[in-house]
This record gives sequence, C-alpha cells and structure tokens, in this order.
Amino acid sequence: MESKLINGDTHRILMGNEAIGRGLVESGCSLAASYPGTPASEILPSVTAFAKEEGLAVHTEWSVNEKVAYEVALANSMAGRRSAVSMKQVGLNVASDPFLRSAYLGVKGGLLVIAADDPGPHSSQTEQDSRFFAMFAKVPVFDPASPQEAKNMVGRALELSEKYELPVMLRPTTRVCHARQNIPLYEPLKLERPARFEKNPPRWCATPQFLRELHRLLNDKIRRIAAASDFFPGLASGDGSFPTTCVVASGVAFAHTWDILDEMGLLGRVDLHQVIMPFPLNRDFIDKIKQRYARVLVLEETYPVIELQLAGGAAVHGRLTSSVPSEGELTPEVIRQVLEQFLELPQKTAPAHPAGGGSRPTLCAGCGHRAAFYAIRETFPEGIFPSDIGCYTLGLNINAVDTAHCMGAGLSQAAGFYHAYAADGGEVPAIVATIGDSTFFHAGIPALLNAVLQKARFILVILDNATTAMTGHQPTPESGLAAGGTPGQPVFIADLVRACGVKFLKECDPYDIPAFQGLLKEADRYCRSPEGAVAVILAKHPCVLNKQVGSEQKVFQVEVTEECIACRHCLDEFECPALFMSEVTGQAAVDPLRCVGCGVCVHVCPTGAITAREE
Amino acid sequence: MKQQIIISGLGGQGALTLTRLLAEAAAALGLDFITSETHGMAQRGGTVISMVKVGPFRGPLIPAGTADVGLFLHRRNLAAHHFYLKPGGVVFINSDIPGDYHNIDASGLALSHGWPPVAANFILLGFAAARKGLFCKVELLAQIISAIMPARFLEMNLSAFRTGVDQAV
Ligand code: SF4
Ligand code: SF4
Repeated sequence: MESKLINGDTHRILMGNEAIGRGLVESGCSLAASYPGTPASEILPSVTAFAKEEGLAVHTEWSVNEKVAYEVALANSMAGRRSAVSMKQVGLNVASDPFLRSAYLGVKGGLLVIAADDPGPHSSQTEQDSRFFAMFAKVPVFDPASPQEAKNMVGRALELSEKYELPVMLRPTTRVCHARQNIPLYEPLKLERPARFEKNPPRWCATPQFLRELHRLLNDKIRRIAAASDFFPGLASGDGSFPTTCVVASGVAFAHTWDILDEMGLLGRVDLHQVIMPFPLNRDFIDKIKQRYARVLVLEETYPVIELQLAGGAAVHGRLTSSVPSEGELTPEVIRQVLEQFLELPQKTAPAHPAGGGSRPTLCAGCGHRAAFYAIRETFPEGIFPSDIGCYTLGLNINAVDTAHCMGAGLSQAAGFYHAYAADGGEVPAIVATIGDSTFFHAGIPALLNAVLQKARFILVILDNATTAMTGHQPTPESGLAAGGTPGQPVFIADLVRACGVKFLKECDPYDIPAFQGLLKEADRYCRSPEGAVAVILAKHPCVLNKQVGSEQKVFQVEVTEECIACRHCLDEFECPALFMSEVTGQAAVDPLRCVGCGVCVHVCPTGAITAREE
Repeated sequence: MKQQIIISGLGGQGALTLTRLLAEAAAALGLDFITSETHGMAQRGGTVISMVKVGPFRGPLIPAGTADVGLFLHRRNLAAHHFYLKPGGVVFINSDIPGDYHNIDASGLALSHGWPPVAANFILLGFAAARKGLFCKVELLAQIISAIMPARFLEMNLSAFRTGVDQAV
C-alpha cells in the first residue's frame, strides 16, 4: 500500500521505523544490518526499499543475530563508510560485547546503533532501558519523541559519530516506532566514500596496554560532547505561574506531556524542557536546572537516566523518589496523574483500564506449531517443555511450553534440566525442547553443540515454518534470500544439526499427528537407550500466513458431528481459534470464516466427532 | 479541527488498513495527524487497537476517556476498549446486535457478498463516514481507497465501502 498520489513527492506517511530507514538513506548510509524483533523490525526493510527507490547501492542484511549484525556494520564503518545496525532492546544484550568495546576503539565512518525499547513491555521479555546501556558503554544516545524527530536525529547522530569517532545510539520506543506521521522527504546525501580500511593495530587490535589510553580518550570525548551546545535541551517556556518549578521530559513521554499540559490548559504556563540527548546530559543544562529551580519533575522511559545525572541541587522528582512509577509504560493517563500530583492540582480520575477484557493472542488457525505442540503434550503428559522466543511461545496456551527465557535459552535449559535430573539419580522425565527455525540460527547452534558435547539426553523439536513469522516474515538462512529478496546462499538446518554431532535426526510434517507422535516415542526410546544422546526432530510445515503455502496445501471441509460430547478437549487442549462452543447446539462447532481447512483437528477429538472431507 | 479516533479489533482483522486510510485522508486535507498501532505478539488474534489523532497533537496515544469516535471491528472488544471514549463519544460497531451505538452487521454483509472477512472493515468505514462520524467525507475516502489499495483487491474494497455507505441511511 503506497501513498503516492495523494501526498505528492515531497511527503510520505511513514511509520517511525520507516522514517528512520529513510533517514539512513538520506544520510548516505552505505550498509545496514539487523536481526528482526518487535518493535524494530521495519527499519531494515525501509532502508532496502528507499535505497532501491533512489537507485542507491546500500548493502542491507538480516544477519543471523544482533552480535553478527553489529560487527558487520562496525567493519563497514572502519572502512570509512556510514553504517547502521538496528535491533530491539534485548538484541543489544546479544550485541553488547562488540558494542562496549567499540566505544573504546571508536569508529571511522559514522556508526548508528538503533536499539528500540519496549516500555510496557508489549512484545519483549524485559522493559530495559537502552539509554542506560549507552551510559554504561559511554556512548551518546538520542531519544526521539516522534517519527519526524527520529528521522532528523539519524543524520545528526551520524555526523556526531564521525566527528568524535564514536558509535552513537538512537533509542526510539515502541510508540515512536509504530506511530505514523506525514514526513517530508529530502534528496539523499551522495557521499563519495570508497571503502578504505587503514591498518592501525594498536587501535583495532588494542591489547590491554593500549586500553587505558583509549579509555581516557573515550572519557574525554564524552566530556566534550556534554560541554558542546549542539544538543542543548529545548524549552517551551512557562509564563511565570510556576516560577521555580519545571518539567524535564524526553522521548515519547515528552510528546504525551505536551498534549496533557495542553489539555490541562498548562502549556505555556510551566517550563517544559525536552532532552534530546539523555546521555551525556549537557553540562550547562545540568547547572542551569540546579541553579534555577527548586522542584524538578523528570519524565522519561524506562529507567532514571536523566534523573540520575540531575541529582544533587534542586529537588528532583522522578522514579527514584517514587513520584513516577518505577515500572511500566508512561501512558498519558500515568503522566497526567504524576503531573497533577507534582503541580499540586486536584486529581481528575480517568476511566480505568478494565481488567482482563479482550482476547489473548493464540497461534493462527492451521498453524503447524499447534499440531506439533499438541502431539508433544499428548505423548508426554509428564514431560518438561523448555521453549524459546517467537510465535511458538504461544504454545504455553496449551501447556506445551514451560519456559521462554531469551533467544536460544530453551535448548540449554533442556540440557540443564537433564543434568539436574540425571545427577539426582531419579527418573529423568521426557524433556522436549522446542525452538523456531530463525531462533535456531540465531542462538541455537552453540547450545546444541554444547548439549551434545556434555552428553545431555533430550528431544529437540525444531519448529521449521520456513520464515521469521512473529516479526513480519523475514527470510531465514535456509531460504537463502537476502534482505532485498535477491538469492543468496542457503544454509540448511539439517546440515547444521548433523555437524553439531547429532546422530538421531528425523523429519516430519506435524500436521500428521499420529506419525509425529510415533517419531516422538522413537526419539524418547533413543534418548533412553545405552548409546542415547540428543534426538532432533525437524517439524516442517510452512507458516500458514505465507500466501503461497495457503494456496498450495490441501483444504478439508471440516465438520463437528452429532458425536460431540462437549468435552471441550479440542477447545482447551488444542485451542484452534476456528473452533468454538456453539450456544445453539451446545456442541463444538467450526467457524467457517476462520477455519483454513488444515484438517488437523480430526486427530484431536477423542470421540472422533470431527470429520473432514477433501475439497 | 481536532478528532481522536480509536480502531479496535482482533489481530488480522485489518485495523491497520483503516488506520492508514484515515491517515491518508488527514494528509489529503492538509491536517496534522499522528497515529499509533499494535504490532508483535498481539497481532496473532489478540486484541489490537489503533489510534488516529487528527489536529495539532504531539503524542501518538489517546488518553482514556477522551476519544471522539470508536470504530469497533468486533463486539468482543467493547469491554476492553470502550473506556477510551469520552462521555458522548460515538461508537460504530461491526455487530448484528443493536445497542447504545451505531451498529452494522459488516461481517454478515461481507459473507453474503462472498467477500473475505477482512472486507468487513471497509463496510464499517463506509458506514461511519456516511453517518458523518469522521473528520473526512465519503468521497475523499473512496478516492483514497482507489489510490492506495492494491489493484487486485480494489474492486472488492470499494464495493464493500459502498455497501457500508448504503446501509447508513
Ligand atoms: S468436538 Fe470432540 S473434542 Fe471437541 S468438544 Fe466435541 S467431543 Fe470434545
Ligand atoms: S481444520 Fe480444524 S484445526 Fe484446521 S483450521 Fe479448521 S478448525 Fe482449525
């Protein structure tokens, strides 16, 4: 869906992530690498699309993980070219090793590190604050309040990065990433920068003897950036109604604060500062705040980064003083309440979010993962099921996922559970780990290799749906497709599994539940046999959201017959969203609007009440 | 001109499409706007909400109790998202059950025309526009649908939209 006609050529309605991608192309970025993850996933495709539209040679890649993406982008920068790496906040945990060291060693061409945070969190395993990570690494960080600001900051951040030879972070949050605005487009900057890597072993190979000096240089850079006036916070001045009081905000919390003060009739009456670079916080700004105000409220997500730097002097109200909740998103409702309290105004009660309400997410109708999970849980009712990060985490709805920790963790947890039970000397329960194909490439390979090496015994089911479904269907290495859709070199999961030393490797379409259950039992026998080790089953069924698959797979006409005894097994233990309890018949029924005719539910009903005819 | 609209549905129902159409309409009218939408896990059939703020707003979220209009693609979502509406806010809902709102059986209409379930959102949009619930007029929305929807769905989308308009009288 393109917005060309209505808007002309000068503006485009862009999502925050697309605006960031456009900003990279306009700023002469020549390489962008990423690993998909909500809320950052749309940044890389946007770079690919705009580079193509502008006829520019930009290398974009979905790397296998964030650490790899970081290092690829870093080297492009070391060759003197502008580079970017984008990821969700927990991706930065994975990339933290190269990230921290690159602050010491620095960069050549501008390097922009985009870490998208998820206060709330809405789609993440933590609500950590990447600005804190930037502070820890001693790297400057920008905090945009809108898609428009995010785009503007990209160019400024790359310039800053080049000027100080330091990586620079852009930290949008979910609300900025997924907001849309009408964004002006500009001509891309054409930088004539041939790749030129200048060798400098004391710097690029810095051994401990050089690091102390590099650390001193880094500290000096940060001091100079904090002293520079370029990124002095903005100010919407008050009219003196609150002479010794001010609000300091950054990121989308600033935008919400603006709207709420407007709604309360207080915009232009109380001083409102917008911090655009939370670290290093401008020195003069810190002094000014301390001298000028008696009371300061800091609104920022999600940790007290600005607040800590303002400590000492004026009374600072924020998360450290419990004036602002220490966890959760700063929604307009929360900000309103905090403002009313801080400004000592009467509290207006906002309508409360109802508890519960709405529908919980579930695997799609016809999803192959559901079939696999159902078979696993039915085969091993007493089993332990470590799992991982992706759509398939939703297997927890039907009790086939017992752990979801971080990328790749399920596999090592399975090994750890095995060693715990084995060392204990008691009976080892069936341990069945599940991992998605993309997650396996990302972090599963070292974990599998280690499990084999340490003689762990468990079943690993690799849920291979041939895509990175959760985040919008990015290609996996097995498809061999590059980020722009051009053919690359496919790498196969089965080859990798064998190379990790696995001797039991079988493949099955989980739609065939009886056959899949048979394989699971065989794998369990293998694990428990004298020569047993890790058994791997590739459960292969393409994602049903893949349009081509949808049109290629067999479609069944499915019906619930009179035999239904309303036991709810198909609803509670299988949970296909196309099945429901009919208020009319008091029996289960199929919703024809949602059913994709996969026919899997036929294997599920204990009384055989669900029947299927091939269409 | 200021109007705050929430679009509430289940993941996969096409709330994002409506959000983008309304954003385009605001842009065509030269109005400032900012929108917000749900991505990630909740898109797998969970409850999703989009927000469209037309006018000089900065933040993408609509505070509870302040939305002027609610477009509900599923009746189940009323319980979850009705609190966003201000007192006197107008609700347009895809439902065959009448109530304290403007309802249209958009899913039923889509089915009877042989359209896929996602056509229901175009029906609801046409209905809400024709009942003068939105900042933009029926004709502008029809133009925008023609301009930005992919050619292979265009005819169906437009017919669905017109069906909603016709039902509004
Ligand atoms: S269809 Fe089968 S499993 Fe579902 S409620 Fe009826 S008897 Fe139980
Ligand atoms: S055939 Fe059964 S399992 Fe498959 S989508 Fe339809 S109702 Fe769900």
